[in-house]
Amino acid sequence: MGKPKLKEHIINREWCKGCGICVHFCPKNVLELDEEEKVFAHQKENCICCRLCEFRCPDLAIEVVCEEKTARGK
Amino acid sequence: MLNSLLRAIEKLGLSKNEIVMVSGIGCSSRISGYVDFHTLHTIHGRALAFATGVKLSRPELNLIVPMGDGDALAIGGNHFIHAARRNIDITAIVMNNRIYGMTGGQYSPLSGYGTLATTAPYTNIDQDFDVVELSIASGASFVARTTTYHVQQMADIIRKAILHKGFSVVEILSQCPTYFGRKNKAGNAVDMLESYKTNTTSIGSKAKKENPELIERGIFAQKEIPEYCNEYNKIIKKAMKGHS
Ligand SMILES: Cc1ncc(C[n+]2csc(CCOP(=O)(O)OP(=O)(O)O)c2C)c(N)n1
Ligand code: SF4
Ligand code: SF4
Repeated sequence: MGKPKLKEHIINREWCKGCGICVHFCPKNVLELDEEEKVFAHQKENCICCRLCEFRCPDLAIEVVCEEKTARGK
Repeated sequence: MLNSLLRAIEKLGLSKNEIVMVSGIGCSSRISGYVDFHTLHTIHGRALAFATGVKLSRPELNLIVPMGDGDALAIGGNHFIHAARRNIDITAIVMNNRIYGMTGGQYSPLSGYGTLATTAPYTNIDQDFDVVELSIASGASFVARTTTYHVQQMADIIRKAILHKGFSVVEILSQCPTYFGRKNKAGNAVDMLESYKTNTTSIGSKAKKENPELIERGIFAQKEIPEYCNEYNKIIKKAMKGHS
């Protein structure tokens, strides 16, 4: 079992209220709010797929999609 | 809270038809409008009374009652202690934001001494309830506390609370940046979550011994005592003896 690898962040811009909880508590500073106060992933490459942003979002506005890398690198 | 609740339900593998969510009135209570279970959006403070009726008529269903602190413990305080005392198999979730959010920031029985509210402009002189101690003293057979920062613990506790056969209380310290936060200079939602991180600790931790001010998180009570619907069923059988 390898580390999970990020596929994408699915962000529901209509539901995001810009509270900044996911941004502040992301351990890798992956997320930021844009000029419309909506979240976006500005440093995707640093994401460790912990999914804490998804779990903490009060409005279910962000989802982290990951792929499990196997030992053989598939 | 909704997020962790949904994850708990997903992990339990419950189908939507096996769940009845009953809520009263308040910002917290609006949650029943966001889910696709059986839902009842009832009246302020009375959610547990409605839930008791549903549970007695359909004991095989899982009853979940999300409430605000005002809903649960001000107007609904009597329903709360008696549902706990009967140990009816209902999961009561108290989203404790220490204020009446929906109606504009009046103090609640959970605001606590020295806090500010729209109805306590010179500071509140009322002492607050301790939801955990109150629930245990009232007879609830599962009692736990966590916060909206501790989302993994929250999902785990809610899952256990639903599995528990008896009256379960889960207190969740929840941010209301709009009223409690602003009135009490507690900052925005992020600051309030930070405070849950720094001001709470696991039950019986070393940190608690060093700093008694910390609020404990975890499961405080979990006991097996006769459940109300089961007992009620036995009474029906007794009463029906010789009548069928
Ligand atoms: C019988 C009755 N009394 C008062 C009200 C007005 N009211 C609506 S919500 C509420 C309190 C909300 O506070 P809480 O239950 O703590 O929930 P929150 O909005 O903070 O989530 C009150 C007093 C009502 N709707 N019905
Ligand atoms: S936690 Fe949710 S609502 Fe808040 S900024 Fe992040 S995605 Fe938006
Ligand atoms: S999954 Fe974890 S690391 Fe990735 S953006 Fe979310 S909180 Fe940050």
